[in-house]
Amino acid sequence: MSTRRGRRPRLLAALGVTAVAALTMSGCSGSPSGGASATGDVTLEFAQWWEPELPQGSLANLIDQFQKANPHIKVKLLSSPFSSDQQQMVADAASGQLPDVLGLDGAWVSDFAKQGAIADLSPLLKADNFSEDQLASEVKVNGKAYMIPAVNFVYPLFVNNDLLKQAGVNKVPTTRSEFLDAAKKISALGGNVKGWALPLDTAVPNGIQNDVMSWVWASGGSMLKDGEPDVTNAQVKSGVDYVKSLYDANVLVPGALTMKEQDKVEKFTNGQVGMVIDSLAHINLIKKNNPKLDFTVAAVPSEDGYTGKRGIPYASWGVGISNKSEHKAEAAKLVEFLMSKDTNAQLSNLANGFPGNKTATPDFSKSDPLFKTAFDIYQAGYPANEFTGLPKADQLQRTFDEQLQRTLTGSQSVDQTLSSVQSAWKSIF
Amino acid sequence: MNLSSTNVEGPGTVRPAVGKRSTKRNTSAVRARKLAPFAFVSPTLALITLLTVVPILMVAGYSFMDNVIVEPNPVFVGFANYVKVLTDPAFLAALGNTFLFITFSTVVHLVLGLVFALLLNTSLLGNVTKAIFRVVYILPWLFTIAVIAVVWRLMLDPSGVVNYILGTFGIQGANWLSTPETALGSVTFINIWSGYPFFMISLLAALQGVPTVLHEAARVDGAGWWQRFRYVTLPHIRPVIISMAVLDLIWTSQQFALIWMTTGGGPLNATEVMSTYTYKQAFSNFDFSTASAAAVIVLLLTMVLAFFYVRQQRVRD
Repeated sequence: MSTRRGRRPRLLAALGVTAVAALTMSGCSGSPSGGASATGDVTLEFAQWWEPELPQGSLANLIDQFQKANPHIKVKLLSSPFSSDQQQMVADAASGQLPDVLGLDGAWVSDFAKQGAIADLSPLLKADNFSEDQLASEVKVNGKAYMIPAVNFVYPLFVNNDLLKQAGVNKVPTTRSEFLDAAKKISALGGNVKGWALPLDTAVPNGIQNDVMSWVWASGGSMLKDGEPDVTNAQVKSGVDYVKSLYDANVLVPGALTMKEQDKVEKFTNGQVGMVIDSLAHINLIKKNNPKLDFTVAAVPSEDGYTGKRGIPYASWGVGISNKSEHKAEAAKLVEFLMSKDTNAQLSNLANGFPGNKTATPDFSKSDPLFKTAFDIYQAGYPANEFTGLPKADQLQRTFDEQLQRTLTGSQSVDQTLSSVQSAWKSIF
Repeated sequence: MNLSSTNVEGPGTVRPAVGKRSTKRNTSAVRARKLAPFAFVSPTLALITLLTVVPILMVAGYSFMDNVIVEPNPVFVGFANYVKVLTDPAFLAALGNTFLFITFSTVVHLVLGLVFALLLNTSLLGNVTKAIFRVVYILPWLFTIAVIAVVWRLMLDPSGVVNYILGTFGIQGANWLSTPETALGSVTFINIWSGYPFFMISLLAALQGVPTVLHEAARVDGAGWWQRFRYVTLPHIRPVIISMAVLDLIWTSQQFALIWMTTGGGPLNATEVMSTYTYKQAFSNFDFSTASAAAVIVLLLTMVLAFFYVRQQRVRD
């Protein structure tokens, strides 16, 4: 008897372990994000990359303010670096597990909207009587607003004043000719110093929007016509021709084809490059890493003789709501809080960006004077980033990047590059 | 112990009611005995099923559908995704690059690992010297891929340390990672640098298992260094060499982080390998069907290597 009795508990134990494992696994798959407790409290999940980029604890402080004003809503911050945020969200969207409130980049919106993963914000905001008129912009797909840019970061021209002076250039270039001339003179200084940096790494191909298309937008050009690709037009050709001329003049930091954005910033910080087009958000980083660097910001040079308004590239910290959220009304309250005049001004100041609420005024009293200069440039021109809201924006840029690399290495002409990009983009649109 | 009535009381005794009950008990005991092993392995089986089998089957399923994940109602398209992948010049280029990358990496890993292992196994050096060299040689293996990628990006920068050193000898450096002609060689070199210590340590352990008496006997018979290595050392460490080589081929074929963080598959797809190709299809193009087809092809190719590994292990056992 003892043998059989001994076996049964072991058998049961083994089955029990299996059951626990299975329950644990099923627990891992979880239910949709957020939840409501028995007391009626709602917990929202807010996934974003903002927290790691803001001063420590500052986003949590803003969220505390929100929770005090809305005692029945708790907010759980899910923070990850920007580089891994998109992949995480794609996986979450695929499994229907997107957090309630999402930090979004404009380049992701079209794909998430078509997937039905993010919600149309307008009805939610209207239901709460939140006026959309106060918003500087909204990212729409098929007429529906899916993302509100909460903070905007412009990409002006950063200029190393010391290198400019050493090269004998008296003023910051404002036209393409002046820029080429200044780049040549800076490159002539020698000692591994070059005039301009062009990051074309295909892993993160945002060099196309920030460093290539910015030349087109600065002269009022566009790569779209009626919402469709139009990269073979004269303005884009002129911009790409100009980038090629800079490359051929040997004024670029070597290694452009695999250079990453952080390499560009690092080289500017170290005084190895005279001029770069970069995010305003990097001012503090540059000053922290090289306090002695004397630099300024200016508008991206335009075509010679151009007198119109200049488009200035920008990137946004956008905010949206998951379509699968069970607490859309509460999620909308958080969005409204982030976009409200005072909070949005605070958030923008913390992020060193410009507010997404038109009525919010940036407080320049405690910030670097260069932010004021950049704000003046921003107001004198218009924010331009035509990749925002386009389908597979990353892939569009990568296609452009790969074709441009062929042109720069001499294996095809600018015209061939642009027509290849045009047909590739057409197939994606 | 549960004794059966038949065995105790003999064949002549007839106790039908008790016998039936006891037969029933016997049957359930046998069943329980048979099921017990399955119950014990069931937690592992459940985990393997959930974490390995299900994802593989899902990816295989995705590869026969169109626009999975991003479209709510994907349709079955048969082998269309496989045809698309196998006729894509970028995939074929990635396949070629992967072949070169893993072949060179494995061969040089093996040669370098063996050379360093032989050096560390020599009796010509003192124990302290050998310990110092052992630490120095194993250092690359201690760094994470992210650190290795950052360090080598800085070293191979056009104005980095490598070109500076070359310059002091009057040699013109290159844009190692950003020129199509040198990029694949450069990432292969980095991969070799980061991976040879594993070979070295494994082979050193194998070398230390070779009986010294055999070397002494061979020496008495007049065998030189090469003959002793060829006919004594090599046959002893051959199973380890084969196992390590097959494992390295599998691991290197899955290398993603190093390439992604150094060149991103560029310039001009010169360092595109199957893992970066698959990643771009999934997370840049959002074409999860094509990515799944590419992933299944990678899986099948890796399974060929795994087959040889398992067969070699069986022969060894």
